[in-house]
Amino acid sequence: MNLNRLNQFFVPVLAVLLGMIVGSIVMIVSGYNPIAGYSALIYGAFGDPYYIGETIRQTTPYILSGLAVAFAFRTGLFNIGVEGQLIVGWLVAVWVGVSFDLPKVIHLPLAILAAALAGALWALIPGILKAYLKVHEVIITIMMNYIALHVTNAIIRSVLSDEGFKSQPIHESASLRSDFLDAITYHSTMHYGIIIAVIGAVIMWFLLEKTTKGFELRAVGFNQHASQYAGMNVRTNIVLAMVISGAFAGVAGAMEGLGTFGNISTKAGFTGIGFDGIAVALIGGNNAFGILLSALLFGALKVGALEMPSSAGVPTELVDIIIALIIFFVASSYIIRLLLSRLQKGAE
Amino acid sequence: MSIYEVLQIIVPSAIFFAAPLIFTALGGVFSERSGVVNIGLEGLMIIGAFVSVVFNLTFADQFGAFTPWLALLAAMIVGAVFSLLHAVASVSFRADQVVSGVAINFLALGLTLFLVKKMYGKGQTDQIQVGFDKIDVPVLSHIPVIGPLFFSNAYIPSYLAIILAFVAWYIIYKTPFGLRLRAVGEHPMAADTMGINVTKMRYIAVMISGALGGIGGGVYATIISRDFSHATISGHGFMALAAMIFGKWHPIGAMGAALFFGLAQSLSIVGQTIPFLKNVPTVYLLIAPYVLTILALAGFIGRAEAPKSLGTPYIKGKR
Repeated sequence: MNLNRLNQFFVPVLAVLLGMIVGSIVMIVSGYNPIAGYSALIYGAFGDPYYIGETIRQTTPYILSGLAVAFAFRTGLFNIGVEGQLIVGWLVAVWVGVSFDLPKVIHLPLAILAAALAGALWALIPGILKAYLKVHEVIITIMMNYIALHVTNAIIRSVLSDEGFKSQPIHESASLRSDFLDAITYHSTMHYGIIIAVIGAVIMWFLLEKTTKGFELRAVGFNQHASQYAGMNVRTNIVLAMVISGAFAGVAGAMEGLGTFGNISTKAGFTGIGFDGIAVALIGGNNAFGILLSALLFGALKVGALEMPSSAGVPTELVDIIIALIIFFVASSYIIRLLLSRLQKGAE
Repeated sequence: MSIYEVLQIIVPSAIFFAAPLIFTALGGVFSERSGVVNIGLEGLMIIGAFVSVVFNLTFADQFGAFTPWLALLAAMIVGAVFSLLHAVASVSFRADQVVSGVAINFLALGLTLFLVKKMYGKGQTDQIQVGFDKIDVPVLSHIPVIGPLFFSNAYIPSYLAIILAFVAWYIIYKTPFGLRLRAVGEHPMAADTMGINVTKMRYIAVMISGALGGIGGGVYATIISRDFSHATISGHGFMALAAMIFGKWHPIGAMGAALFFGLAQSLSIVGQTIPFLKNVPTVYLLIAPYVLTILALAGFIGRAEAPKSLGTPYIKGKR
C-alpha cells in the first residue's frame, strides 16, 4: 500500500477522532461528563435490538444520500441539492404509494423507480445549466432545494390532502415495513430499505469502476478538455452524472416515504439527510464501500444522540457539533496531510 | 381597497423583511469579491441571531433602550470571530470553500442549540422585551405620497442597511482597499505580484462577511422573530446569498435584490389581505426569489458573472 492510499484512509479516521476529542472538550467545558456522554451515545446506538434497528433505519437514507453526493464528487460535480432531490423523491414515492392499488411486486418497485426518476429530473435542471451554460451547480442546486421544499409543501396541502398537513398513509403494497423486522427489533422503525441502499452502493461501485460509461464520467470529472480530446461528449456526461446522482437522492427520499414514515408531511425546514450526505461522502472517501461504513457511523451518531439527554444530561445537539467538526477536519485535510507527511518524514 | 392603501401595506413590510437580507447579502459581496465562496452566511446569521437574543435577554435591565444596539454590536463581533473558522479553513488550509461553508452552517446550528439548551434548559429562548423603536424619519416623512410609504413607522436598522449598501459600494469601487479586494478575487497572482497580501485581504473580507452576517441575523432576531430557536433562521442566509448573486455581486444590486426578495416574502404573508393577490397561491411568491436567481444565473435576466477566482484557494508560486 503506498503512502497516498494510506493517507486516504487515515485522514477520515483522524478527522473522526479529532471531532470526538473536540466533542469531549466541549462536554467538559460545559460541565458534562464525556465518558457518560459517549457511553450513552454508544448504548443509544447499539444497546439493544430496538436501538440497532433504529440505527440501521437512520443509516439507510444516509447511505443513499452519501452515494448521491459521492457520485457527483467523483464526476467533478458538487451536488449540494441532494436535499431537494430527496424531498421530491419522497413526495413522488408517497404519491405513487397512495394513488395505486397494485400487487406488491409491481407497486413497491414502481414507487421506488418513480422516486428515482423524480430525483433525477430535479437534478436534470442544474445538470443542463452546468453542461450548456456553464452555470455553477452549487448555487443552482441550493436554489432548487428551496423550490423543492415550497413546491412539495404546496402539493401536500392541495393535492395529497384537503388543505391538511400530511398525506394519507401509503398502501400496504408499497410499504417497506415488515412485521418480521418489527418483531426482531422490538418495534423499531427499521425497514427493508437497507437492502436497497446496499444494492445502491454496489450499483455505484460497478457503474463507476467496471463500465466504460463510468470511466467516461470519471474522466470528464478529472479533466474536461482531455476527455473532449479523447472523443467523449463532455456535456452529455455532465448531465448524466447529475441525473444519476439525483436518482440516488430520490431513492433516499423513497426510503423515508415508503419505510420510515409511510406518508409525507409539510415541512418547515429541510430533513438534513441530504446535507448530512455531504459529510457521509467525505468521510467515506467518495468510495461506495467507504460510504456504507461512514453512513453507519453517522446513523449511529444521530440515533445514539437521542439517548444522551436522558442518561447523561447532554443535549443531542452535541452530535451536530461533532459532525460539523468532522467536516471541517476532512475539508482541511491539506493540513492533516501536511502533518502526516511531516511525521512520516520524521520517522524515516 | 385602493392601490395606495395596498402599497401602504406592502412597501413598509417589504423593507421590514429586507433589512436582514441586505446586511447579510452585503457581507456575501465582500467575501465573494475577494474570491472566497461563502455558503456559510446562513450559519453566520444563526450565530448573530443567537448572540443578539441572548445578549438582549441577559442585559436588558442594565442597558435599557440601548440594549438592542449593543446586542447588534455583540452579534457583529461574535459573527466576525466565528467566520474566522471559515477563513482559516478556506484560505490557510486550502479547504474546499463550499464544504467549509456547509460545516459553518452545521456548527452554528449545533452550537447555538446546544448552548440554548444548556443555558435555558429548553429548546428555545424567551421572547425579548426590548426591541427597536419604530421611527418617522424627520422631514422626509412629511413628503406627500412617498413619505408615508417609505419614511414612516419603520425601524432604524432598515435605513442603516440601505445606507450601508451605498457605503459598501463606495468602499469596493472607490477606495484602494476596494480595488485590492476586487483584484484579489479576480486574479490573486497578479495582485500578489503587485505587493498585495492576498491572504490578509481574504481574511479581512471573510471577517467583514461574518460581521455583517452577524448583524443580519441579529436584526432578524430582534425585529422579526424576537426569540431564538432551531427555526429562527431557516434559509434566510441562503436567500441573502441568492440576493447577492441576483444583484450580480454588486452592493447596490444586492440591496435591490434583497428589497425585491423582501417584497416577495412580505407578499407571501400579507398577500391574503390584498384583494387582487388573494387568489395567487403563496407558493409562487415563496419560490420567486430562487427561480429568479436561477434565471439570472442562466443569463435570462442579464448575465451574472462571478469574480474570476471565486472558490479557488491561492497557492503562492503555483501557476
